[in-house]
Amino acid sequence: MIVATGPVIPNFGQGSSCEVNNGWFCTDWVSQHWHDTLQPALIQHIELTVIAVGIGFVLAFALALVGFRYRLLDPPIGLFSDFLYTIPSLALFQLLIPITGISVTTVEIALVSYTLLVLYRNMIEGLRNVPAELVDVARGSGFTRAQTFMRVELPLALPAILAGLRIATVSTISIATVASFVIAKGLGSPIFVALEQDVFKTEIFMAGGMAVALALVADGLLVLLQRVLTPWARLVRAT
Amino acid sequence: MSTFVDAFRFMGDHQHLLLSKAEQHIELSGAALVIALVLALPIGLWLGHLHRGLFAAASVANVGRSLPSLVLIALGLTVFGIGFWNNTVALVVLAIPPILTNAYFAMEGVDPDAVEAARGVGMTELQVLVRVELPLGLPLVFAGIRIAAIFVIATATIAAIAGGGGLGEIIVNRASYGDAGVVAASLCVSALAFAAALILSVVRRSVSPRHTSVA
Amino acid sequence: MPGQAAELVFDEATKEYAGRAGAAVDHLSLTVPAGEICVLVGPSGGGKTTALRLVNRLISLTSGDIRIDGTSILEQDLVELRRGIGYVIQQVGLFPHMTVEANIGTVPRLYGRSKPWIHTRSQELLELVGLDSSYAARYPAQLSGGERQRVGLARALAADPPLMLMDEPFAAIDPIVRARLQDEFLRLQQEVRKTVVFVTHDIDEAIKVGDRIAILRPGGRLVQYDTPMTILEHPKDDFVAEFVGVDRALKALALHTLAELELGPPTDGPRVPRTATARDALALMIEKRVDALAVTDDEGKVVGSITREVLVP
Repeated sequence: MIVATGPVIPNFGQGSSCEVNNGWFCTDWVSQHWHDTLQPALIQHIELTVIAVGIGFVLAFALALVGFRYRLLDPPIGLFSDFLYTIPSLALFQLLIPITGISVTTVEIALVSYTLLVLYRNMIEGLRNVPAELVDVARGSGFTRAQTFMRVELPLALPAILAGLRIATVSTISIATVASFVIAKGLGSPIFVALEQDVFKTEIFMAGGMAVALALVADGLLVLLQRVLTPWARLVRAT
Repeated sequence: MSTFVDAFRFMGDHQHLLLSKAEQHIELSGAALVIALVLALPIGLWLGHLHRGLFAAASVANVGRSLPSLVLIALGLTVFGIGFWNNTVALVVLAIPPILTNAYFAMEGVDPDAVEAARGVGMTELQVLVRVELPLGLPLVFAGIRIAAIFVIATATIAAIAGGGGLGEIIVNRASYGDAGVVAASLCVSALAFAAALILSVVRRSVSPRHTSVA
Repeated sequence: MPGQAAELVFDEATKEYAGRAGAAVDHLSLTVPAGEICVLVGPSGGGKTTALRLVNRLISLTSGDIRIDGTSILEQDLVELRRGIGYVIQQVGLFPHMTVEANIGTVPRLYGRSKPWIHTRSQELLELVGLDSSYAARYPAQLSGGERQRVGLARALAADPPLMLMDEPFAAIDPIVRARLQDEFLRLQQEVRKTVVFVTHDIDEAIKVGDRIAILRPGGRLVQYDTPMTILEHPKDDFVAEFVGVDRALKALALHTLAELELGPPTDGPRVPRTATARDALALMIEKRVDALAVTDDEGKVVGSITREVLVP
């Protein structure tokens, strides 16, 4: 098992009594190790997530445009994304290592693969669910194909796209904890280390709690984004 | 690339090992999935049928997604210590949200006209659920079970670090089994996940009413 | 409001679908003079919606031509053609993600008009279709069916097109609101005088709204193209007679209001306003079992009388 380097648990002889006895939550450990362990892990985790979701979004969007325009290509693209999604995360990491080595790249490739299915499916569904009469009115009023897409179909697909983005982001934050198995980055790292060192509870709770909190905050921010970008969607639901 | 060739050789040499690990893996995943189904499915279906608890259902979905599997495994370990319960509980907690929410939305989203017609001919609430809503909402329900199954198999892999056994034990132990072994086990567990998805597909198709479009 | 109406000519316009026997629109030829409402009416399958959609090329002609102010639609740039034609459909199709004002400004925005211009224009149009200016900031989901269709109308008029195509615009509205919308539409037409092609399956609506009516039979063939009065009094064949209905004489009575007729001296008896149709007056006579009614003006003062013989000579 790959272990993170750096100070984690002080020598049992030298730590506070809380640490030595592996109490449920040692605040002094937290304050001691915030800057060298927890905060960097958090920042790395955010970085990993943002890159993965960013690339996944762009990729899924490109694929969705293709699948939307050329209906025949939709099933194969969908199947491929589904295929990637089914592979257990740890296994996917291990399968990529012989090819791309032990690196951030490997992790990012895997994380991006997991976002593809949700994002692609939601984007295509969103575009397909735009009522046909709206497209008819748009074309009949003199919109070009591109204008119809940009001003009618895409804005109306936005709620579904944003919903997919929410799911993808939260899932990525979750899977990224496992990524620490490959490279010593992200919030999974302190957890792995703590498990190795006789299950040090405080570290697990802190890192785990931060991961959960990060997911909830990201979700909340995206909900806000949804409200800002699509104020009309809530009205439609109400009627 | 040669690692993959070695991996296949490993599989050939260590069939018994891989099979027994796979068996462990299936046992752990299967048990957790069944428990989660028993707990979450009836609740989700019934709440959806009643059209109540939308907020709860949506929240469960959100919270469920926010719980990283690794965190759950680690928490299980701290709370229960190594043994039978720590991983099973963690896996069940992970499996419940997709099953619950999908069951809920599957029942809630059934064409209200069909439901009203069923009530109109005098079906009891339970009959409406079983004879009308369930058949119509089956695809979505199964989609949730499928997601749960994949989660569980994936997390059971990680559970190896908390004494869970299974194919994960090989994957996390590069020192003992070497690159070839790790890749071999990874391929096996992936195959396992695909097999589970396939079986669920087949089951869904066989219980779906005819002439219903299966997404 | 300025803007000239255009003359629309169908010249042997035909639409055939491969694999389907018979034509959807069969050599349709008619001329809609500028500023008139031409109603395409007929049973389902008659090709009326198809004929309508041939004009803005949402459906392509198999043969024949359609000309707007002398220029063939095939010679014009597709997008330019459509921007110059107001298009109203039954489901209205307001864009849910845009406010009412943004919806109205749809085509002007395609022409590159500024936001202030669109704001002013939509205020004008809201007034024209009878909606309060506060509607501009609302979203379609907040409007009733009748209100939505008014906005749909405003949207179609926004760029002041010389030609309007309306595909069963009031069919999805309940009867009471529909009658009101029809009246307002006619009032609007008095002001803007557009050339309108109006599709409906409702013969009563056709009679009420149309300056001229084109009756299409299944197979897309034009059977009769005349004013409502002519069609009611002189149906060309059995199909038209049957489609118009056995009660066409009564329908013809509905085309005239009492104001158009010569009234007798004021009298006592049940009252009826001048604006009522001859048909309503006759109905009232039958109900009250009288042969004469007192006719009132807008203030309710009796100004004359009408007798059964005048209505039904």
